[in-house]
Amino acid sequence: MMRTNTGRLVLALCAVLATVLVAPLSWAQTRGLLQVTVEGASANPIPIAITDFVGDPIGGQISQVIAADLERSGLFRPIDKGAFIERITDPGRSPRFQDWRAINADALVVGSATQQADGRVRVEFRLWDVAAGAQMTGRAYFTQSANWRRIAHIIADEIFKRVTGEDGFFDTRVVYVAESGPGNARVKRLAIMDQDGANHRFLTDGRSLALTPRFSPTLQEVVYMSYAQGAPRVYLLNVDTQRQELLGNFPNMTFAPRFSPDGNRVVMSLASDGNSDIYAMDVRSRSISRLTNHPAIDTSPSYSPDGGRIAFTSDRGGSQQIYVMGAGGGDGQRISFGNGRYSTPVWSPRGDYIAFTKQEGGSFSIGIMRPDGSGERILASSYLDEGPTWAPNGRYLMFFRQAPNAGGRAGAVRLYMVDITGRNLRPVPTPTDASDPAWSPLIPQ
Amino acid sequence: MKLSIKVLGAVAVLLLAAACSSTPGPEGATASVAPGTPGHFQQVAGDRVFFETDQSTLTPDGRATLDKQVAWLKQYGDRYQTFMIEGHADERGTREYNLALGERRANTVRTYLASQGISAAKLKTISYGKERPEVVGSDEGAWSRNRRAVTVLQ
Repeated sequence: MMRTNTGRLVLALCAVLATVLVAPLSWAQTRGLLQVTVEGASANPIPIAITDFVGDPIGGQISQVIAADLERSGLFRPIDKGAFIERITDPGRSPRFQDWRAINADALVVGSATQQADGRVRVEFRLWDVAAGAQMTGRAYFTQSANWRRIAHIIADEIFKRVTGEDGFFDTRVVYVAESGPGNARVKRLAIMDQDGANHRFLTDGRSLALTPRFSPTLQEVVYMSYAQGAPRVYLLNVDTQRQELLGNFPNMTFAPRFSPDGNRVVMSLASDGNSDIYAMDVRSRSISRLTNHPAIDTSPSYSPDGGRIAFTSDRGGSQQIYVMGAGGGDGQRISFGNGRYSTPVWSPRGDYIAFTKQEGGSFSIGIMRPDGSGERILASSYLDEGPTWAPNGRYLMFFRQAPNAGGRAGAVRLYMVDITGRNLRPVPTPTDASDPAWSPLIPQ
Repeated sequence: MKLSIKVLGAVAVLLLAAACSSTPGPEGATASVAPGTPGHFQQVAGDRVFFETDQSTLTPDGRATLDKQVAWLKQYGDRYQTFMIEGHADERGTREYNLALGERRANTVRTYLASQGISAAKLKTISYGKERPEVVGSDEGAWSRNRRAVTVLQ
């Protein structure tokens, strides 16, 4: 089970049959009645009643995963089941809306899970707009029972999308660096988990330092930096087979890798005579092209989602700042002009923001700015907040936070999630200390 | 995998040897370590130089230390194949920038030693960024000791 690999999951989900359930009212008639957006999110999340799916016992677990996902978004407030008045026995029939209005539910989720003769399970759900008394969406899925968590995430994504108008981010995974051991001899190994922490497993054994993993848009591969053969170099790692491969053959350090949006190239820094410049490598042919040629440090490159531009960190102006250049290279233009030092630019998959790490005074912050440098917004700050990674919908970020070291002991290092308003900041639980998160794209269905 | 275990084993033996050679004698006095050993290098020359925040230029103290390293390496350096210079940064920078900064610091030392006549072919560099602090602490006292380049005899 723990070895459930993406290849198999993807195959299994090709067999998932998604059926749109016919609603009593056309959803077009009710569209817009119940709406909330991430940017406009107020302090009042939508009260939503998520009933246990009837039928198979996994129905209750599916409801729990959906509720936890939606709650985590900060846009929904699942209502305590103890308050429910109507007990749903047939999710195919219209609910008694007055019972749900009485407990102030704006939205209601009902569903069922039914074992099929062929060993698969049929999961169906309906989302009701309680005030309007109308169905907003409804779908049915067939899959192997083992995939029930994925089905729950897919349903949560569907609900999120129907209510917010944005794609969800629940059917995703996170690769990160699991940390353990003393501060001066830290063990750092790659680990992967579902976005909600389930299905956790380690990808490297910890014998050598593993740093800065980043997902390929095709999901099976991660590019990262490792001291596996003594020298710090960029490697490709297949997360299913755990086969690892040195990317290129360079005499000096390669680091700060990141895939292009089409997955065909990896852009990274290469050190030569102490100086770091940015190069792009074609993953198939391994041909390499130099993008910067400057005596300053140039690192942390990140492509725009259309692949046409690259944001990067450079101290060519005397301190670390963010620059944007064409994907073919060049001098680039500085875009960060606030107080302090700016680094690790990461372009949103939607293209509207660049996330960054900012150092000012005694603290490190995670923030976002428009690609032209305007509209800077700080989302989180502490002794050390670093390394933002975007959810595929470009509306949520993960990063890591390190507490100060004290008494010769390393400070705790934890993953955090925040939305682009900065209002919904929460820890992401991991089995050990954790840093360098990398959020995957949505898993193909 | 087997190969790397062997290599680790060999490194452990070397480290053990280095530790023994620099251990004071049973008398507890400042027993001198055997000339030409890594412990001797640390005692006589000093194996590391320190840098200012976000800087990779040598301080006067750093230059004085490297001059002593040069003298020692000219006398005993033939015993070693490689002079590995490890560049490090404090934790007040991002991981990737600090890898670049550590590399720049290591290269500063490499360039200086080479300019003073140490065989460039034997001088190698590696950056650990902020991954391997000498002192685990979050104040200037710890950071200043972590912003360093260490010459390791191999």
